[in-house]
Amino acid sequence: MAKELWKGNEAVAEAAIRAGCRFFFGYPITPQNEIPEYFSRHLPEHGGCFLQAESEIAAINMTYGAAGSGVRVMTSSSSPGISLKQEGITYIAGAELPVVIVNMMRGGPGLGNIAPSQSDYFQATRGGGNGDYRTVVLAPSTIQEAADLTQEAFDIADVYRIPVLVLADGLIGQMMEAIEWRSPKPRSLPPKDWATDGSRGKRGHNVVNSLYIETEDCTALNRKLQQKHELITKNEIRYEEFMTRDAEVLFVSYGTTARVAHAAVLKLRKDGVKAGLFRPITLWPFPEAALRACAQQTNVKAVVTAEMSMGQMLDDVKIAVNGAKPVRFVGTGGGTIPTPAELMDEAQKAIEEVWNHGRRIPALQRAN
Amino acid sequence: MAVVYRRSKGLTDAQTHYCPGCTHGVAHKLVAEAMEELDIIGTTVGIAPVGCSVFAYDYFACDMQEAAHGRAPAVATGIKRAHPDLAVFTYQGDGDLAAIGTAEIVHAAMRGEKITTIFINNAIYGMTGGQMAPTTLVGQTATTAPLGRQQEHYGSPIRMAELLSTLDGCVYAERVTLTDVPNILKAKKAIKKAFELQLSGAGFTFVEILSTCPTNWGLTPLDAIGWLKEHMIPYFPLGVYADRMEERRHDA
Amino acid sequence: MTHEIIISGFGGQGVMAMGKLLAEAGLKEGLNVSWLPSYGPEMRGGTANCSAVLSSEEIISPMVLEPTELIAMNKPSLLRFEPHMAGGGKVFVNSSIVDIPATRKDISAYYVPCLDIAAELGNTKTANMVMLGAYIKATNLLRQKTVREIVSRMFSGTKAALDSINLEALRRGAACVEGEA
Repeated sequence: MAKELWKGNEAVAEAAIRAGCRFFFGYPITPQNEIPEYFSRHLPEHGGCFLQAESEIAAINMTYGAAGSGVRVMTSSSSPGISLKQEGITYIAGAELPVVIVNMMRGGPGLGNIAPSQSDYFQATRGGGNGDYRTVVLAPSTIQEAADLTQEAFDIADVYRIPVLVLADGLIGQMMEAIEWRSPKPRSLPPKDWATDGSRGKRGHNVVNSLYIETEDCTALNRKLQQKHELITKNEIRYEEFMTRDAEVLFVSYGTTARVAHAAVLKLRKDGVKAGLFRPITLWPFPEAALRACAQQTNVKAVVTAEMSMGQMLDDVKIAVNGAKPVRFVGTGGGTIPTPAELMDEAQKAIEEVWNHGRRIPALQRAN
Repeated sequence: MAVVYRRSKGLTDAQTHYCPGCTHGVAHKLVAEAMEELDIIGTTVGIAPVGCSVFAYDYFACDMQEAAHGRAPAVATGIKRAHPDLAVFTYQGDGDLAAIGTAEIVHAAMRGEKITTIFINNAIYGMTGGQMAPTTLVGQTATTAPLGRQQEHYGSPIRMAELLSTLDGCVYAERVTLTDVPNILKAKKAIKKAFELQLSGAGFTFVEILSTCPTNWGLTPLDAIGWLKEHMIPYFPLGVYADRMEERRHDA
Repeated sequence: MTHEIIISGFGGQGVMAMGKLLAEAGLKEGLNVSWLPSYGPEMRGGTANCSAVLSSEEIISPMVLEPTELIAMNKPSLLRFEPHMAGGGKVFVNSSIVDIPATRKDISAYYVPCLDIAAELGNTKTANMVMLGAYIKATNLLRQKTVREIVSRMFSGTKAALDSINLEALRRGAACVEGEA
């Protein structure tokens, strides 16, 4: 199939439609406006419905209602809007509804700015709303991956009855790259026999609910969710390794920053520094065991976490590496994208720190 | 043997948790009977609120969803847009609908969302134990207004039927009460009409039911009815506030 | 072969469209491409810019830090981006409104009065196409035919009337740098 040039936001919306999503509820916020705009143009052609809600809160609750009635549905926003959606997301998790949510992250905290950022990592991977729950978090680093993962997100949501978050940033939302449309590996999807789509006298009444007033019932729900989380951790972890087999300095990075880290690895290799990249694709479940194994290789001397935040995924990297190797951090907050040179600097510091008075690495060529 | 009365098929066999003298039970019965008479129990989805009627999903025999506080109209919108063939109703109290969920109800009405909202106005927060509601009357005491609602501090109570009736999308808005049999019959008629208009695709329909809360008002059930008549009805007059289909018939 | 291009100017000068056009044409010629806009308030009247990468290699990072080519449609763009250009790069200056020259000696500068030419053609909105014609001629990055095809595709349907003037704009732009490349 021929490659086509797609803008990230539009590719995500088109991917959802290709995955059978026919309903979208959202509220405008930069830098993700092309998503609702695309749905507003194209969902009617597919017999679906696009609705611009009065708020993010209303949008996520419309999404809850539609998902509870058994249809594939999506909402999207950017950081401050995703904060508003947290109420609905915890209800969706509690009621075990399949929903896909896209966050094209921007700088924060507060109103922040509209530049690309990765500072919602904690919110995305730790919950964000109240209660013990997780959302599956998929972090694409190219438009191709954004299109692929968005399609697959609907299957994951349906299989496990869980909210799935596609976590990207303004750069991926706004950028255009060439992609190829392809379908995810078919999965066997469970029937939605729990949906409130009208009993029509053929069954008892279905109830979509997250209220469990008896403590033993609520405890049982929590156990059930935990078992589901364990199953997802067993089945759905994804990551990519680049030049890690002989790497002495190992970058850990996701999404947009992983592309910068990839460039830094290539430049470092040119300078004779053995660098590698471990890129988590699922941020929850985090590829903890795989990263540990990678970092524990004897060739790895130091780990450098690079993020567009002030150090959030860093916690997960430290948990995974578990003290086996020194873990350093390089990152930027507030919407600045780090340069390969900044990452290369940090790699040099990491190696110098490890060897202290040992071998010097060649002077690095600095961009800018 | 002739059956003179039976439980509506629109209700489950569950025993409700409502306090003695509370009018939620009667309101539930009327909604259930309307669904049964219109033969839509199997094609209706109800949305329960947060508040005293939070367990309504156990009491209504149709499919039910439980919404976050105030969000029932948004949840209903999601269901109705996905399934235009279903009847969808929300059942909400005054804190849910007129405080935390004001944006959701106003915009559902503005869009002319083809749903029915049953609004239980008892001028108090029941489930949380008697706090002030946006519909609490000036001078009425509440656990968060121990000296009574002060107008200069909180303003005057909100009249939702009147407010929503100003929106073109709200095709029907009526305020009723459940103080006696004639009023209960009127309320039943209003609820059924609201569902019928929804099914005809007319738009958003709204029935506000003035209700009692003997427990939190600190009155006997009978005195509570007396208090409602004496204090609530003068401020929240009963009647039809919007009936755009009727207007259209007249215009035609 | 990797071209890292920054196109910058006032909102409304069509800088985004120029970048998209280059990316589309590059894709058609089998290159790897990316296009990245600046976005936000600057889209409405301020200075807007986009970057495009066209490469025979895989594009690792789409951020352009050291452009090999700069198209400066206004003065602030030249001042802002010229210092970051890669040595040996090419800068294209809209000399109709930019009254200063490029200062670096290690880059080649092309002065294209694209707005004046567009005015001669009867539509000042085609200034970006004039500039693009000059860019393609001077860099030899893409076949003229490919670009013309993409332009015709972008201006089809209700915009078809603009097609012939755009094609003429491309030709006039190319003529500007004839013999200079």
